[in-house]
Amino acid sequence: MNSPDSFLPPRIDPWPARLDLLQSATGLVLGLFMWLHMLFVSSILLGNDAMWTVARFFEGYFFFGYPLPWLVSAFVAMIFALFVTHAWLALRKFPTHWRQHMAYMRHMRAMRHEDTFLWFVQVLTGFAMFFLAPVHLYLMLTHPELIGPYESADRVWSGRMWPLYLVLLFLVELHGGIGLYRLAVKWGDFKDAVASRRKLKRLKWGLTVFFLVLGLATLAAYMKLGMEHAPNAGERYQPAVSFLPPLSKGGGGGFLARASVPPSQIPPNPPLAKGGMA
Amino acid sequence: MPRTLTFHVFRHNPRDPGSEPGVREYQVEEASGMTLFIALTRIREEHDPGLSFDFVCRAGVCGSCAMLINGRPGLACRTLTSELPGTISLFPLPGFELIADLSVNTGKWMRAMSERLQAWVHLSCEVNLNEIEAAMDPDLAEAVYELDRCIECGCCVAACGTALMRPDFVGAVGMNKLARFRLDPRDDRSDAEYYQLIGDDSGIFGCMSLLGCQDVCPKELSLQTQIAYLRRAMARQGL
Repeated sequence: MNSPDSFLPPRIDPWPARLDLLQSATGLVLGLFMWLHMLFVSSILLGNDAMWTVARFFEGYFFFGYPLPWLVSAFVAMIFALFVTHAWLALRKFPTHWRQHMAYMRHMRAMRHEDTFLWFVQVLTGFAMFFLAPVHLYLMLTHPELIGPYESADRVWSGRMWPLYLVLLFLVELHGGIGLYRLAVKWGDFKDAVASRRKLKRLKWGLTVFFLVLGLATLAAYMKLGMEHAPNAGERYQPAVSFLPPLSKGGGGGFLARASVPPSQIPPNPPLAKGGMA
Repeated sequence: MPRTLTFHVFRHNPRDPGSEPGVREYQVEEASGMTLFIALTRIREEHDPGLSFDFVCRAGVCGSCAMLINGRPGLACRTLTSELPGTISLFPLPGFELIADLSVNTGKWMRAMSERLQAWVHLSCEVNLNEIEAAMDPDLAEAVYELDRCIECGCCVAACGTALMRPDFVGAVGMNKLARFRLDPRDDRSDAEYYQLIGDDSGIFGCMSLLGCQDVCPKELSLQTQIAYLRRAMARQGL
């Protein structure tokens, strides 16, 4: 044979690398977004106006002078697409046959190894999110304007979404925390891998506990507000803050019309059917 | 007062048609500085001369005596019984062909992996044996040697959830090998050629970073670092 033994066909299939990168990249974006999301949502703990301000900020209210809820819809659509892409790519790693499932379970029980166990937690939480996350995403996609102190609290309590949000909180924080830690050890270039991993693990658990506590406090705040507001469920929130710019552009729907007049002159919304969606 | 250790040892000889897989119990009195290798030798001498297990060096160099010790892969010759509880279960390494009892054919697996990954130095031209070999930077030689310390004991494969679910996965031992040759200036292969060997889900992109390999490696090789290094290099090929 004339050719050297290192000869290989020149064409390579770049897709395994791309899919791996894409799975990591979508996971990174989603994981970081969920932490930011929790920080934004928890603004309710600073008061109703703080939450109202955050919600309107993402509708571009402070840039345009009037809210554009479709901006939120567009962002939700992007997150939805990332979620679907990530789920599709992650499916490749799932134990698909019973034999694989049993092999992993047996191995996990015998090894008593934290990272091996955490991967299984990711599989379980990821699987559960296939079904639970789209419920929330669809609501946000189709009703982006219903994000506000009363609106969200009504959704949580009168809309009976709190059990879903309670479960999602644990799913997201566990899955995201473990996933971001795994990304760091998967790609990271550490001088001392063992020491870095120990530190990363501590950081991961610290952040998971922080976001779980913050999430539970936030959910409790929405539930309390929703309970108090239940008799007027469906009523939109009017901010009491005075530093907000006046809503200059009218004709943008009920929200704009009401927001530009004093709260006392706002006609009440039609009451919701008991137990209905806010 | 020395402990009496209870061993639960897997027994089965697949080549004996009458053999049924099962676990046999043995009692051994613990001695000071006793390793599992010594305990197994005593079981064979005093209780069961038919017990099969592998050993060569008795010093953690050859990698023959790897087995599942209370569920975790490890070398019998390097594990002191004093570090273990009074009841010890010993099973053959999963992921490898069983020869008998605690003896598995890691050699067959390692050879297939080496052939598949072409784990040898690839030279683009003939070496002139009459010439003095080109000098290698001492730090680089040290780095290559560090990865060459792998003894192919199979612990990393048995500790890998991915390898146990997907038998075609090359495991940390395979990736460590390619990382070693990629480092070696005498190997003329390009990253595109390495990508042909491990650029898919049975290679580097199948690794789910469970890091069981890193945590059980008896030679304490930094497998996490090597896998991440290869992953970054191979991912660049996809861009």
